[in-house]
Amino acid sequence: MSDISIQEQAAKAKAQTGDVLARTRANRWRVDLAGYGFLLPFLIAYALFLIWPAILMLRMSFFNWSLDGHGTTDFLGLANYGEVLSDPSFWQALWNTIVFTVISTPALVIISFILALLVNRAIPAKGVFRTIFFAPFIIPVSVVTIIWSWLYEPGFGLINGTLAEIGIQNGPNWLTQPGLAMIAIVILTVWWTVGFNFVLYLSGMQQISRDLYDAASIDGAGGWARTRWITIPLLGRITLMIVILQIIASLQVFGQIYLLTAGGPNFSTRPVIQYIYESGFSTFRVGFASAMSFIFFILVAVISAVWFSILQRQQRGNN
Amino acid sequence: MATYSVGQARRARAARIRSNRPLRDRLANTGAFILLIILAIIWIIPLLWTIDTAFKPEGETTIVPLTWFSAHFNVDAFVKTINSTSLPTWYFNSFITSAIITILTVILSSMAAFALSRVPFRGRGILFWIILAGIMIPGTVLIVPLFTEMQSFGLVDTWWGIILPQIASPIAVFIFKQFFDGIPHELEEAAIMDGASRWRVYWQIWMPLSRAAIAAVAIFTFVISWNNFIWPFIVITGNDMMTIPVGLATVQTSYGIRYAQIMASAILACLPVLIVFIFFQRQIVQGIAGTGLKE
Repeated sequence: MSDISIQEQAAKAKAQTGDVLARTRANRWRVDLAGYGFLLPFLIAYALFLIWPAILMLRMSFFNWSLDGHGTTDFLGLANYGEVLSDPSFWQALWNTIVFTVISTPALVIISFILALLVNRAIPAKGVFRTIFFAPFIIPVSVVTIIWSWLYEPGFGLINGTLAEIGIQNGPNWLTQPGLAMIAIVILTVWWTVGFNFVLYLSGMQQISRDLYDAASIDGAGGWARTRWITIPLLGRITLMIVILQIIASLQVFGQIYLLTAGGPNFSTRPVIQYIYESGFSTFRVGFASAMSFIFFILVAVISAVWFSILQRQQRGNN
Repeated sequence: MATYSVGQARRARAARIRSNRPLRDRLANTGAFILLIILAIIWIIPLLWTIDTAFKPEGETTIVPLTWFSAHFNVDAFVKTINSTSLPTWYFNSFITSAIITILTVILSSMAAFALSRVPFRGRGILFWIILAGIMIPGTVLIVPLFTEMQSFGLVDTWWGIILPQIASPIAVFIFKQFFDGIPHELEEAAIMDGASRWRVYWQIWMPLSRAAIAAVAIFTFVISWNNFIWPFIVITGNDMMTIPVGLATVQTSYGIRYAQIMASAILACLPVLIVFIFFQRQIVQGIAGTGLKE
């Protein structure tokens, strides 16, 4: 029975292959149709909510476009771009964003690496530690800022209260002192999001063969040498990816700053996205906001492109 | 003679290292464990302090010097929060929008990935690159034109206004494609030989096989959209349409200095997600690891 059916299937397959060869052209059209059929729903959403807004952004940036519909035909050419580039508020917002990115990225990469390194050792309760370090990542930003503005509260917050316990009276006003406010935001961000990178590192470390470490130990390599010469090089690709994802995420910072300091004191923490938001939705100048968005988009795209080329060079190097 | 003694010395040294290694490693592990306990305590103190405050009577939240203990711990703040805010409505909005975003993302991106991975149609390579390039578009720079677009669709202050801009996820396509690329060809070839349509291959073979990838993408998408702040914050204006993150952002200002109530609302807002997280931890973690590791 089964022999016959297998033979039948083989014959059928042979006949079908013949068919395919005979009707290649018709078949190719069928394959194309199937392919685009499956892609269509995604492509529609992609075109409507990613490509079209990007085009709309470009178009609005050339007009004196206002949120209430005024000025949609008032063509300005590159005037919006000129205004953005000569606007000190834009440069300050860009500077704040870069400061945040430059401080938070190394902190988030190095701390997540150290946490993963520690949890990856032969210690008890690994799962508990993983849960604790990752859990803040799934808390909504508004809850995170509620928790931390309470901790940072100058009069009866936990941080200054604890400082008072150990003899430092009158701790600083964390959120209203220029310079310190940005540090406070970075600390919150590390607590909140380090778990994401930590999980990436941890799963990367778990893929490294134990044999490598055992062999290194027999050759006399201590804990630090093993980390330096095995773990770090083998996690190079993941590190590169974490770094660039982190840079892109940090450049887009908005929620925690907006809710914690509203960009203050005196705009010293206001990031670009908040300035875009305020230009578009507080002063209704969506044309101006679009020009700023586009400039910022180019900046992020250039960084991404640099990342891609580094990644590809590295991949070629590995092969 | 000389070489012999060097060899002997090396062997002796190796033996010494081997016998020392367990002790040295055990010491290092103990050190790591202690350090981790300290770090873990630092990590959960903000949460513990929040819980502590929420159970204190309002009058005791601002006592200096501060104490962790109160003789009058109670649930008043929780009761008042539930009665006086729109938390249940916000919950409902968050749940509905996140669930629809998740379902649509899984369907759209798995179908697209199936085509890119399994259907050898013309233009496949270019389309893959076009979709991949979408990962590079930072979503936050599109807020202004997206809002204008939603305005022209009449979707401002609606669930669909929240949902639609979040369903085209190139990264989800990427994750599914990675997964599909790893499944052997034989299965579908046999099915096609038997005359199954591509739709049936996708629906009856691929989807059941991809349960792990679906779970990872679904849970990850759900958490991300549940926590999305900036987009609902912009597209929603009415209190009744707010999601949890947006609604909660208004709580802080409206409560003034009633800290116990603010903390209670914060706890109520993140508790369900934390519980879900504890149950689905493995899938969430895999979903995140999947975005990065399988290149």
